[in-house]
Amino acid sequence: MKKTIITVVGKDTVGIIARVCTYLAENKVNILDISQTIVDDYFNMMMIADMSSSTKSVSEVSDDLDRLGSDIGVIIHCQREEIFNSMHRI
Amino acid sequence: MINIHEVIETNKMIEKENLDVRTITLGISLLDCIDSDLNRLNERIYKKITDVAQNLVTVGEEIEKEFGIPIVNKRISVTPISLIGSATCKTSDDFVTIAKTLDRAREAVGVNFLGGYSALVSKGMTKADELLLRSIPRALSETELVCSSVNLGSTKTGIDMDAVRLMGDIIKETAELTKDNDSIGCSKLVVFCNAPDDNPFMAGAFHGVTEADAVINVGVSGPGVVKNALESVRGENFEVLCETIKKTAFKVTRVGQLVAQEASRRLGIPFGIVDLSLAPTPAIGDSVADILCEIGLEYAGAPGTTAALALLNDQVKKGGVMASSYVGGLSGAFIPVSEDQGMIDAVNAGALTIEKLEAMTCVCSVGLDMIAIPGDTKATTISGMIADELAIGMVNQKTTAVRIIPVIGKTVGDSAEFGGLLGYAPIMPVNQFSCDAFVNRGGRIPAPIHSFKN
Repeated sequence: MKKTIITVVGKDTVGIIARVCTYLAENKVNILDISQTIVDDYFNMMMIADMSSSTKSVSEVSDDLDRLGSDIGVIIHCQREEIFNSMHRI
Repeated sequence: MINIHEVIETNKMIEKENLDVRTITLGISLLDCIDSDLNRLNERIYKKITDVAQNLVTVGEEIEKEFGIPIVNKRISVTPISLIGSATCKTSDDFVTIAKTLDRAREAVGVNFLGGYSALVSKGMTKADELLLRSIPRALSETELVCSSVNLGSTKTGIDMDAVRLMGDIIKETAELTKDNDSIGCSKLVVFCNAPDDNPFMAGAFHGVTEADAVINVGVSGPGVVKNALESVRGENFEVLCETIKKTAFKVTRVGQLVAQEASRRLGIPFGIVDLSLAPTPAIGDSVADILCEIGLEYAGAPGTTAALALLNDQVKKGGVMASSYVGGLSGAFIPVSEDQGMIDAVNAGALTIEKLEAMTCVCSVGLDMIAIPGDTKATTISGMIADELAIGMVNQKTTAVRIIPVIGKTVGDSAEFGGLLGYAPIMPVNQFSCDAFVNRGGRIPAPIHSFKN
């Protein structure tokens, strides 16, 4: 499994999750878990996704999502899971 | 599984608190480049560096993107050049040709700095060491991003005072040759006591002779993250304060460890060490001095500063040590003046003097760093300041260093601009009393009694 963490931060509007999920489906990225919360009035969403079946690399997906984020007006990051595991798990 | 709050915490550290990996430094041994012919030596050095480091920048950028963590610098360190050139170089000019080759190789592979234009003379100088030392002013003024360091003493050997005296002149000459740019040459030159072989930070990085053929060393950063964590425990006692620093240092260092392992795997070069340093930048919110203020001081330099820095340095190490499989380099809090906005503010407010900085170097990593002093400071005075700082390292069995910049044409009240990560610095006053007779004695200071441990 090639796990990545996708985060979306910004003002809540209609269709954010739909747009991100559509992109992921088109690129064969499987969503394992979704959670969301509001921090300082900002919408924060996190997806744990598996990219093993995707033909694109993490860098390419990261670039695509960055552009998609600019279109919707939110910030989207796609990072490999290891950075979070390293920092928060012994 | 990772939860959303942990993800938000990590990304906040990166985006708002300047968490970054300060440097991936690739150490390269040049011992197998040694040749009796100068042209061949230069060719072999160029080829070795450009071969071994060809993918360093690309791999660094890939890791940056995939993990979402900025890697500010990709650097190279090489075997001290006084050793590499000793069979070949008959003049200082010969050594300067090697400096230029290093700069060309650096440019070809696209790294930010290359360190190792160095000599290790803690007990005495060979002919080649002396030629290299005398070539430093030209080497630094005629190359762009080559860094030079000289180890002048150690706990085991004492201090080579002949070399200390010579370095006073060399620093002045370097300042003179780069006076059009606020004597910036001196920001690429550092002298050490107990210099480590695996330090990834500039200007003092070199690839020691104890090291393997090539090795990846990583330096982490994150003063902003520590400062921010401490804001949440204002007014709490020292136990809570120290625990908070430790936990934060652990998290910061784990990122360094991950990046080091990834870089090592992708480049096929062994992982050396993670340097647990808190390295500031001139950016607002990326300051070690601000942490000292958050601990409870009005400015860095106020009474209590040395104690606050001592506890900070110790907790950073305690937290960081468990986060990495191999720790080395300088590992501690850096206290450069020009590279830290909080330090600059403290100097401007009159809270921080060179004497207080010297006291602070007893309890943190390294020493008098990026301090601008009047351009008319005598070479012997600079040698005296170096001797003081090295004595602290020698007696306390720690690394100490001096990177001071006598800014030609400027004096107290003026400011020197170095740009980029090097920042800017107010010119600090220097004690005007003479140490000429002390510095001019010649010879060396013997090793201290507690170095005899056998």
